[in-house]
Amino acid sequence: MAAPPAAIELDGLTRRYGERVALDAVTLAVPAGATLVVFGPNGAGKSTLLRVLATLLRPHAGAVRILGRELPAEGWAVRGRIGLLTHEPLVYRDLSGRENLRFHARLHGVGFGRVEALLEQVGLHRRADDRVHTYSRGMVQRLAVCRAVLHDPAVLLLDEPRANLDPAAADLVEPLIGAESGRTRVVTSHDPAGGLAEADLALGLRGGRAALVGPAAAIEPAQIGALYR
Amino acid sequence: MSASAREHPTTAEPAPGGAPPEPRLVPLRAAVRALLRKELGLELRAPQAVPAMALFSVTTLVVFHFALQRGQVEGDLAAGVLWVTLLFAAMLGISRLFVADHEEGGLDGFLLAPTDRTALLVAKAVGLFAFLAAVEVIAVPAFALLLLGPAPGIGTYAQLVALLLLADAGIAVIGTLIGAIAVQTRARDLIVPLMALPLLIPVVIAGAKGTTPLLAEASGSGLPLRWPLLLGLYDLIFGLLAYALFDYLIED
Amino acid sequence: MLYGTRLRALSIATLVTMIAALGLAFFYAPMDADQGFMQKIFYVHVPMAMVALCGFVFGGIMAIQHLRTGDARYDMRSYVAIHLSLILGVGVLLTGAIWAKASWGHWWVWDEPTLVSFLIVFLLYATYQPMRFSIEDREKQSRYASVFAIIAGAFVPLNFLAVRLAQAYTHPRVFATADGGLPAKMQLPFYLSLLGMAMLYVTLWRYEMASKNTSAKLRSLRRKLGGDEAVAPVGRTAAPTLPSA
Repeated sequence: MAAPPAAIELDGLTRRYGERVALDAVTLAVPAGATLVVFGPNGAGKSTLLRVLATLLRPHAGAVRILGRELPAEGWAVRGRIGLLTHEPLVYRDLSGRENLRFHARLHGVGFGRVEALLEQVGLHRRADDRVHTYSRGMVQRLAVCRAVLHDPAVLLLDEPRANLDPAAADLVEPLIGAESGRTRVVTSHDPAGGLAEADLALGLRGGRAALVGPAAAIEPAQIGALYR
Repeated sequence: MSASAREHPTTAEPAPGGAPPEPRLVPLRAAVRALLRKELGLELRAPQAVPAMALFSVTTLVVFHFALQRGQVEGDLAAGVLWVTLLFAAMLGISRLFVADHEEGGLDGFLLAPTDRTALLVAKAVGLFAFLAAVEVIAVPAFALLLLGPAPGIGTYAQLVALLLLADAGIAVIGTLIGAIAVQTRARDLIVPLMALPLLIPVVIAGAKGTTPLLAEASGSGLPLRWPLLLGLYDLIFGLLAYALFDYLIED
Repeated sequence: MLYGTRLRALSIATLVTMIAALGLAFFYAPMDADQGFMQKIFYVHVPMAMVALCGFVFGGIMAIQHLRTGDARYDMRSYVAIHLSLILGVGVLLTGAIWAKASWGHWWVWDEPTLVSFLIVFLLYATYQPMRFSIEDREKQSRYASVFAIIAGAFVPLNFLAVRLAQAYTHPRVFATADGGLPAKMQLPFYLSLLGMAMLYVTLWRYEMASKNTSAKLRSLRRKLGGDEAVAPVGRTAAPTLPSA
């Protein structure tokens, strides 16, 4: 029986930034439903990788395939199935939480019922009509999580998702963005032990190059630590 | 990877390997509506652009009074004062057009959506057009009150409005292009007038020349047809150009 | 493409053509009855303007190619073309002013639609380099510059049309004769000067392209031999950086 196609396939992905190389011939494959955790010091290319996978940046060389679609030519076909959560929450501070989510819902062709359900699930429904600039950072992060999963993406790209979240809030969002959500996930992490624990696959980036790549079970936290030196 | 590998939406077909086939694409009209709602909603919620532009217009009219040392203007002088005032107010609006998106990451939010990028161009241009029209609702009566000598009739006003709307369309298109360029530069507020004003000179020419007979003391000759036609040509050419080029400004 | 070949031959040919054209303009072409000797600046002013405008349009075409193919070399060609046209543009405005003084007694007149349109175009393209300089990201800088070059290129004819329409009556220009063309004795010096100006532009363009290409290759070689550390990072600049081959 043929193996199901990988959700994410990278083949020599290269992306430059000016004269520097932000990503250098990165190659890996992530099966559907698996979790890839990306480690590496700041500037190693983790955010760039996520942005390329989110179809926000074009690859300068190499191939990127998401859900069988080649980027950038077929980015339009697969964008609706990808969710991105980055350092920036991507919400407008002068609009309310509900208005922000409704805006994204319209852009993704998603009904408002889902907006209400998500607001309820992360515990924001009572403050949903307050403007985002009145939210605490944890609330903004929770709203951003809602935004990221609003359209029920098959692939989730998470850049340090639990930043600004206290344990209670982290528990609220876990079913949406955690391993049990059933989505293919790419998560960046600075925590070797914790990151490896939730990973199926691990990628260690250093200077844009894949210094480490393989099943998480075969990688030691010490090897991750070595990336930072 | 060349820029020609930009996206070419084709009809949906099943991806190899039996992965979920139908790409969910949001139609252009829905995306434009969503963006416009956000755009106008933000302005209504936290008014910045329109009040500033309107106030700036009125202040400019007062400055003109002292600079020209006249209590009343008519004919070509009136046309000139009106168009310079509107143009400079537009510069303010253009500078601010993409700032909120750039600072709050709204642009990425849009780029992640499964929709044609042209929606952003249309929404921003329509939004700017709406802001300019709103400013004119305040600035033109203010001008009539403060500085205009002759009292134009309804027909004249109608022609003036028609000319203004055509000009606003051109300013909106150019403004969206320049605003998108400027938001990526470091000296945003400086670069907008430098780039936009020369580009808008044909609009000023057509606008001022067209308005002169409308505001003349001896009213009689209406709007010569060549000026609305010139504006229409300008709007068409830059509209098409904007449509062709906008993707290159917002995609990486 | 090697730009450095035949530069010397081209330079000499350009010099010869221009000297010949100027000589003809001084001695062979007729003296204008009203404007006197200063009218002869026309033989420099108009060819310079025509070449500068062609240069701007060429820059726009290179920009279109750049966006279509993503090849940074097109961006370099576009940049150099516009940059040179801008320099020529300064010359056009200066000689235009001299001619205006000679013809109409003022250093600037608004009656001449071509000169006025040229001023507007010049003001627009003068923002090209500052705009480039203020965008730090290299790739974005190139892309945005190309978009601007295309917008500006499309603007040139539209602007000329608009300014023309704005002038109810065009001031009689030296082109007009009883039958509408250049009088015979003016044609040879004029066309020769036009050729010379075009050759000057091409020669300067090749010089600058050769220089930039060579610098890029040098950096690339240094990087290959010494690693990334051997090459100082390029500071902020308005000029495009060619990718290391």
